[in-house]
Amino acid sequence: MELKSLLTEKRATILKKWFDLILDTYPSDTSSFLKKQKNQFANPVGHTISEGIEGLFDGLLEEADSDKVSPFLDSIIRVRAIQDFTPSEAIGFIFLLKKVIRESLQKEIREHQTYDELLRLESRIDDLVSISFDVYMKCREQVYELKANEVKKMTFRLLQRANLVKEIQED
Amino acid sequence: MEVPVEFKPGTFCYGTRPKYLEEVGLPNPREWSPLDEDWKLPADWKDTVLAGIGERLKKNRAFHLFMDICVRCGACADKCHFFIGSGDPKNMPVLRAELMRSVYRKYFSTGGKLFGNLAGARELTFEVFKEWWYYFYQCTECRRCSVFCPYGIDTAEITMMARELFNLLGCNTDWIAGPVANCYRKGNHLGLEPHTITSNIEFMLDDIEEITGIKIEPTFNRKGAEILFVTPSGDLFGDPGTYTCMGYLMLFHELGLDYTWSTYASEGGNFGFFTSMEMAKRLNYKIYAEAKRLGVKWILGGECGHMWRVVHQYMDTWNGPADFLEEPVSPITGTKFENAKTTKMVHIAEFTADLIKHGKLKLDPSRNDHLKVTYHDSCNTSRGMGILEEPRYIINNSCNNFHEMHEDTIREKTFCCGSGTGLNAGENMELRMRGGLPRANAVKHVRDKHGVNMLANICAIDRATLSALMQYWVPDVEVSGVHELLGNALVMTGREGERD
Repeated sequence: MELKSLLTEKRATILKKWFDLILDTYPSDTSSFLKKQKNQFANPVGHTISEGIEGLFDGLLEEADSDKVSPFLDSIIRVRAIQDFTPSEAIGFIFLLKKVIRESLQKEIREHQTYDELLRLESRIDDLVSISFDVYMKCREQVYELKANEVKKMTFRLLQRANLVKEIQED
Repeated sequence: MEVPVEFKPGTFCYGTRPKYLEEVGLPNPREWSPLDEDWKLPADWKDTVLAGIGERLKKNRAFHLFMDICVRCGACADKCHFFIGSGDPKNMPVLRAELMRSVYRKYFSTGGKLFGNLAGARELTFEVFKEWWYYFYQCTECRRCSVFCPYGIDTAEITMMARELFNLLGCNTDWIAGPVANCYRKGNHLGLEPHTITSNIEFMLDDIEEITGIKIEPTFNRKGAEILFVTPSGDLFGDPGTYTCMGYLMLFHELGLDYTWSTYASEGGNFGFFTSMEMAKRLNYKIYAEAKRLGVKWILGGECGHMWRVVHQYMDTWNGPADFLEEPVSPITGTKFENAKTTKMVHIAEFTADLIKHGKLKLDPSRNDHLKVTYHDSCNTSRGMGILEEPRYIINNSCNNFHEMHEDTIREKTFCCGSGTGLNAGENMELRMRGGLPRANAVKHVRDKHGVNMLANICAIDRATLSALMQYWVPDVEVSGVHELLGNALVMTGREGERD
């Protein structure tokens, strides 16, 4: 049996375990709320992570390219990039998938001798981590841009009034 | 509660510069930073805080009640935008309030005095004081939690008391103390002087003339005008607030309204409200004083959030009765604004909705057809004073495409912008993005579902801060005041078809 079939078969279990492990990176009082509350408006963090990991998991199985998986990474990392996480903690949730797959499919992998496939899958997970680094940096740079833009916005009218702003004329 | 507080970058505002405290006579002005080990508090700081709590328990019965009656049912726990967005348990309203309740028990309740920790009581230490500072500047006093509390405990009131205590020791934030000092000296948060205010407005008038061909000539500090118009100074200076201001100018011109601007009562907002009740009262005083000096009949107020909480719930008690003014009556429709009988101050959303209802405005909503609009209820105007329908009515008459966000995120249950109560600084951007996440998440949903590209609101802080929030969470969605949309749609006499 192919690893892909095993992963497809156990999709729900794997996603549930991955979801729980990610939410365990929050304080315990918070993680129980994030796990239980299903309303997407009352719990945007839980909802975003849940939707995001589904997209990432399916993308991995389909061997989708980075353009396709980036939005899912972005949605999760965008949240964790402004929360109380170090950069490694913010993107480290991806490594948790390796742990979940190894633990969930330990027996099957041994029985079906799908180690080669597992290694290939884990390499693709490592690729996700590389992309995550780009996404994380983009989010952080955006936060600093926002800070800079707000200062600019506060002074724009002043500069405009003093004739210090020149609009570029379109041809 | 035992976990010591750690000040993380991006989550707190700078401590105030001494000059701002000196300008308004607040105690303990000195250079300090929340990251310093020594906050340079006076030696008797603890006595000051405890005496301050004692005084407030006597003076403010609601505060006393809120210290006693919480049963920790948890109904509020997951309703706070800061908890939802940050995941920090101390941002649950019940726990944030518990930071103060535990100290209250220790010094003001028999059980706490006798049984200490067992009764949930704890000593007031410098670490506890720092923890208060960190978390009570992570509450925007939005009062969403109080909507869900079976006892109606208003955590905002607890935050207000905490901030008053900080100000007994000179521990305001720079972003709040600066506007307070500016407002006290010059009448507005930005410290704009009269000639700057008039020239800013003239600049907007040039833009309006360029677009509509109409030259508007408003008056400033004109004695004998019927109406004094007061708006937050954010509308005078920062985009997109300035576009809202242009909407007001066009509307008043079209109506031929007998009104005047004041370059002295040039601020509707009140950062004193985020400092102490006393400071809020001092800063608010100028509005009635200016109305009296100019001899107007009543006051019309622009789009703002906390300005209206102050006007609606405090102004009359603090600085009234304004018996030299008349009960506001719209000179265009004859409508008596009975809700403003005592304050004599009318919200522009009510004024404009009334005009539309009486068919006094010619509007061409197709001019806003490039926009798909949703509406963010500002906490103060929705939960604080029940302005729910009027802005929607104006939008629906000015635009053809309006989509509500999910019902759990609007009206009384609206989510805060995450930057109110003076948390709209730059250095705490991460905190703002966390606090605004639930709001942005609801906007994202209508963007994805209906293609919404404009987030309208009636609050100057919203206009200033939601833009950044949208850029981070929901790019492509812009922010506007309701009167910007009205200004777009307004067909001005003699210029029909000018913007078709």
